[in-house]
Amino acid sequence: MAVEKMALAKAINASLRTAMEDDAKVLVIGEDVGKLGGVFRVTDGLQKDFGEDRVIDSPLAESGIVGTAIGLALRGYRPVVEIQFDGFVFPAYDQIVTQLAKMHARALGTVKLPVVIRIPYGGGIGAVEHHSESPEALFAHVAGLKCVSPSTPADAYWMLQQAIHSDDPVIFFEPKRRYWDKGEVNTSAIPGPLHEARVAREGTDLTLAAYGPMVKTCLEVAAAAAEEGTSLEVLDLRSMSPIDFDAVQRSVEKTGRLVVVHEAPVFYGSGGEIAARITERCFYHLEAPVLRVGGFHAPYPPARLEEEYLPNLDRVLDAVDRALAY
Amino acid sequence: MTESTAARDPRRSSKRTSGSDGGSAAATSAPETPGAPAKKAAARKTPAKKAPAKKAAAKKTAAPAKKAAAKKTAAKPAKAAKTAKTAKAAKAAKAAEKVPVGSRPLPQGDGADATELVQLLTPAGERVEHPDYAVDPSPEELRALYRDMVLTRRFDAEAVTLQRQGELGLWPSLLGQEAAQVGSGRATREDDYVFPTYREHGVAWCRGVDPTLLLGMFRGVNNGGWDPNSNNFQLYTIVIGSQTLHATGYAMGVAKDGADSAVVAYFGDGASSQGDVAEAFTFAAVYYAPVVFFCQNNQWAISEPTERQTRVPLYQRAAGYGFPGVRVDGNDVLAVLAVTRKALEHARSGQGPMLIEAYTYRMGAHTTSDDPTRYRADDERAAWEAKDPILRLRTLLEREGLADEAFFAGLDEESDALAKRVRESIRTMADPDPMAMFENIYADGHSVVDEERTQYAAYQASFADPADFADEAGAAAGKGH
Repeated sequence: MAVEKMALAKAINASLRTAMEDDAKVLVIGEDVGKLGGVFRVTDGLQKDFGEDRVIDSPLAESGIVGTAIGLALRGYRPVVEIQFDGFVFPAYDQIVTQLAKMHARALGTVKLPVVIRIPYGGGIGAVEHHSESPEALFAHVAGLKCVSPSTPADAYWMLQQAIHSDDPVIFFEPKRRYWDKGEVNTSAIPGPLHEARVAREGTDLTLAAYGPMVKTCLEVAAAAAEEGTSLEVLDLRSMSPIDFDAVQRSVEKTGRLVVVHEAPVFYGSGGEIAARITERCFYHLEAPVLRVGGFHAPYPPARLEEEYLPNLDRVLDAVDRALAY
Repeated sequence: MTESTAARDPRRSSKRTSGSDGGSAAATSAPETPGAPAKKAAARKTPAKKAPAKKAAAKKTAAPAKKAAAKKTAAKPAKAAKTAKTAKAAKAAKAAEKVPVGSRPLPQGDGADATELVQLLTPAGERVEHPDYAVDPSPEELRALYRDMVLTRRFDAEAVTLQRQGELGLWPSLLGQEAAQVGSGRATREDDYVFPTYREHGVAWCRGVDPTLLLGMFRGVNNGGWDPNSNNFQLYTIVIGSQTLHATGYAMGVAKDGADSAVVAYFGDGASSQGDVAEAFTFAAVYYAPVVFFCQNNQWAISEPTERQTRVPLYQRAAGYGFPGVRVDGNDVLAVLAVTRKALEHARSGQGPMLIEAYTYRMGAHTTSDDPTRYRADDERAAWEAKDPILRLRTLLEREGLADEAFFAGLDEESDALAKRVRESIRTMADPDPMAMFENIYADGHSVVDEERTQYAAYQASFADPADFADEAGAAAGKGH
């Protein structure tokens, strides 16, 4: 039994360490992941302990990183790839979509691709262009990929281990603005299934569904609403592909109202998928249409405007009010 | 065409959006529109079961139409006017260049230069020496190489015929590249691993992959019908150049394992322009990955000559990455064998990658959908026919008395038998079960796939005899997988 309070970034580091200790086939590959320990220090100290052969500083070429990771997986390795920032994944998008996602099906199940692609994603850190994006829908749309995003250090620790153990390719979206948030991690707990949602806060009047960085925002919204006498349930989806629609359905059948919150643009975002499915499943339970709060159909704005772009307490509360007004 | 739509679209869309509310608030309040009660009621009514007869009809018509469309793919230019325009443009371009497309030599040799082309068997069937590469095959080995090339060509020709007969949707012929493929394929060891493009039928043959397995994806029954690990021959890769990175990664894994296997990454002159190939070169070089990059420069990437891909001979690119590159006569099976063996040894011994440019020629069309008469001259093909890979080895075998009449007659029979087996395999190749599309998407499953599989099974069951319709739909829906 080991319960330790640690930051989310540290939890990922600890998780990688455990995975590498447990299985010699687990490799960490990416730009600056070795000596530097990654630009966010997530892989700090790993190369020192596991060697350059297992914690591999790669050439600066994302397609090459993912493409060679596919080859390593075909050889029996379990590469954990780091893409330095969300906006840098696109040179690898072809390899991820046309190869990584489809190879298992193409081979009629005879090969497996246990590749994890870690992507620090989302805004809120005042960065320059391409460092604050939320491209999860672009991956969740592709059959053959799985997409998850932890919101707490405990989930970061366990979900990454589960992603590494998975025989499917998993895109692991790390909420970079929560890297330094601390929480308790029980490294000897038995985790729940990787793709199961978690009730982060129970409530009765309306369900807020979110994942990754927006879970914290939604919890703040729920606390604020509680002061006004409104009881919000906060659902941490944890997984964007697959989505635990059963959990959303259970919650909506109780509350009758659903607001989905993500940083990614609303247009064609995962909120739309959730709204459609929940409308189908809970048509007679819904007291209001499913509303979405998220980014705009605009390139991620310059840092001085990002507070306007990102869903915050007020914008989510506004949607809650509109849903409750039906 | 694209210009006119681009000019039209903004006007159209601005007209449309000018009437709507627009604004940034739309992003969050888009789904807000409350459904009017009347609308809701109507929506509830629509899911009523359509008449099964109507569904069945729709289903029947859809299938043949699809097939016909697939057959037509890229076969014919749409309109006469368009053709004329393209021809005119091509003529103008030709005039501007003053050199026919495809015949302008690269600045540093055009491959005919004997000093840079490794050759051990001339087009006339003469054995020649090379200072760096040698091979001393027994008569039996020579006959085996000849047999490989003859059977590969026969299989390929049979596949082209099957496409013409409508049994295959498409076929990429390897005609002319038999020596490049058999020479390199036979240089590999059983524990080596091959990452092919979609044209490596000869390499597949050498790796022991049953040729009939290659047909499935071109008939449309699967996207790759063999287990790559049973012969260490990866599935065909259609997106150009992607597999060179997989090969490099695999080779990195081989090195980590401390094994002395090597990996061969096949690609073509067109792929040499892809970023993935450049990245594969970089990764392989910096990690000393035991991979041999085997480029079949067959002079054409569909309609584009090699001069549209490079201004230096392709093998010279290796120098920029810090590993050796060599150009070999790709129509000389002995030279290809010798060069590939040496490159594989180079890789095995921990010296890193090597690039081989097999200088060859795609005698046929890019695929059965292509029409090479639109972009290359007949005399070019005639010149390459004189360098035919099979003919030159036959000349050697006959002149040196290394194979008798019985051998050639026996091989003819074996070719006919192979062709017959290929034809029969196509005729007995079953279409996949519709539910197969839900299989093997994930190794560990996915709830959306499970849900859609169940729904589609129920939908399929709804076409059953109306008498037992209710039973079957219920059963399918209940199956759940």
